[in-house]
Amino acid sequence: MENNSSYWQANLRIIATCLVIWFVVSYGFGLLLVEPLNTIRLGGYKLGFWFAQQGSIVTFVALVFWYSYKMNKLDKEHGIEE
Amino acid sequence: MDELKLYTYIAVFGSFGLYFAIAWWARAGSTKEFYIAGGGITPLQNGMAIAADWMSAASFISMAGLIAFLGYGGSVFLMGWTGGYVLLAMLLAPYMRKHGKFTVPEFIFDRYYSKTARVVAVACLIIASLTYIIGQMKGVGVAFSRFLEVDYGLGLGIGMGVVWVYAVLGGMKGITYTQIAQYVVLIFAYTIPAIFISMQLTGNPIPQLGLGSTLADGSGVYLLDKLDLVVTELGFKEYTTGQLGNNANMIAYTLSLMIGTAGLPHVIMRFFTVPSVKAARSSAGYALVFIALLYTVAPAVGAMARLNLMNTIEPTAGENLVYEERPQWFKDWEKTGLLKFEDKNGDGKIQYTADKATNEMVKVDRDIMVLANPAIANLPNWVIALVAAGGLAAALSTAAGLLLAISSSISHDLMKGILTPDLSEKNELLSSRIVMTIAILISGYLGLNPPGFAAGTVALAFGLAASSIFPALMMGIFSRKMSGTAAIWGMCSGIGITMLYVFMHKGIMFIPGTSFLGGMDPNWFFGISPNAFGAVGAAVNFTVAFAVCRITGPAPIEIQQMVDNFRTPMGGVNAAHDH
Repeated sequence: MENNSSYWQANLRIIATCLVIWFVVSYGFGLLLVEPLNTIRLGGYKLGFWFAQQGSIVTFVALVFWYSYKMNKLDKEHGIEE
Repeated sequence: MDELKLYTYIAVFGSFGLYFAIAWWARAGSTKEFYIAGGGITPLQNGMAIAADWMSAASFISMAGLIAFLGYGGSVFLMGWTGGYVLLAMLLAPYMRKHGKFTVPEFIFDRYYSKTARVVAVACLIIASLTYIIGQMKGVGVAFSRFLEVDYGLGLGIGMGVVWVYAVLGGMKGITYTQIAQYVVLIFAYTIPAIFISMQLTGNPIPQLGLGSTLADGSGVYLLDKLDLVVTELGFKEYTTGQLGNNANMIAYTLSLMIGTAGLPHVIMRFFTVPSVKAARSSAGYALVFIALLYTVAPAVGAMARLNLMNTIEPTAGENLVYEERPQWFKDWEKTGLLKFEDKNGDGKIQYTADKATNEMVKVDRDIMVLANPAIANLPNWVIALVAAGGLAAALSTAAGLLLAISSSISHDLMKGILTPDLSEKNELLSSRIVMTIAILISGYLGLNPPGFAAGTVALAFGLAASSIFPALMMGIFSRKMSGTAAIWGMCSGIGITMLYVFMHKGIMFIPGTSFLGGMDPNWFFGISPNAFGAVGAAVNFTVAFAVCRITGPAPIEIQQMVDNFRTPMGGVNAAHDH
């Protein structure tokens, strides 16, 4: 039970980290901060626009794989992998 | 028969032949194979199947068109429909896979130990899935009538027949392998024209980079800057900054689509097909890669289609296209009624502006952008034929997934679970095939006679998934103490307030004239449109459920132990048992 609860706490921490990044790239950079970011250019893209239509999606992909990698490692550390 | 028609027949019927061959090879023999493909799908395969399942006629045909006309405002669809997978991968999929059941309502029944909860979940699932299928069936009918020039009804009938063969025969197993083939067809059909157009406009073959490049006409101007200039000159909102409503609306809209995506049962149930928790986690990642391939190309398709359209109508500044000299694709789409021109000032030329009084392009249906795009850009006929096959693949793969969600919830949850628990496996399999056949007939009928509210139903499907299913599942996993009573109260109040808001603004059951607040923007709660209200419904669901749980007490201890069990990968994934 002890082991389980520390496992669950670690899982929640990883999820929280991911969701903070998830929020920042989409709601933060893509929506709330879009105007100041649009003053910066990324080639032909305004940066805020780029986050809203490209950058956020690419970050989502990376997040899901990172979560999967971290969780597999966590399962091993706690000796509860399948 | 002209060349284009010949190529289209080859592409469409060639792809159908492929789906049939796969269906025959992957017939289902047991309920386990029928519902969850025997639980032996690899993460890579599942990722591809999820992508095809998820990307519907709306993603393939409508989304780039929406972006073309909304510009930056269209970002809510891009972020909303991909960001939901982050939630699904971390908050739902691994735990639901560990628990190891066949359907979403079954998980809700186990977790909330309540038949009422199961019935509420089945009802949400059926309404959400059926409304979703109508759109797919319409997509099939439109693709057939435009590209093969057969009657809309006949096209719909052919589509229904194709789905019937592989979905009823193969169940989840047949659907999974066909979806993999359909993904390949649809991603080629989507990206090849985009690569051609990106090359033409910018000289860069990668559309995601082309969108940020300079134009190939030697002017050195960036494509997006040019587009901003062209549209603002005609009085439209600037492409790269024009919002969809206000800021609050864009945030609520994005959030509603994200949690709605994560709560759609036909997507969730695909995670039951993999052998382990680890595989469930990674298949979410693969799914998102395959989805992102299309979703990062879509903004390029949208922007380039808009620029091409503008350039066709006004080839050089001040020199508008003479109507009599309009290109062939223009005439073709005029025949369908989706494109309409009205010479208001009688000069015989086409003026396209944001001002209603002088605009002569009185109708430009957003849905034609992707389908007309290759023709607008003068691409070879085989590319146009491929787009037809791709649109059909997108519609058929999603329809099949939805049909399976409906048939499994009726035969497994309602019949086997509640009404006739002693149903044998053989009879359950037979009944799910019969239910699926009936569901195909109903959705075909609805596609042929689309109810007046068809346009408003997407809001309803996402609203229901976001305000009822997602919060119920998430609380079931992350709150050990959440009780059945509290969850039912939460689900019902979440749905209640969302439906109330949608009906208030769009009419009761979408019947015109019954909306007591009108579709009027000033009456919107903080400027949030009815389509974006699912996020508010979900917040209500969470609040009510936690309040009721405090008052009526926590879930029984054995339920809390069950939660502990599905939070931990070890202990053997219940190999989606036969019961």
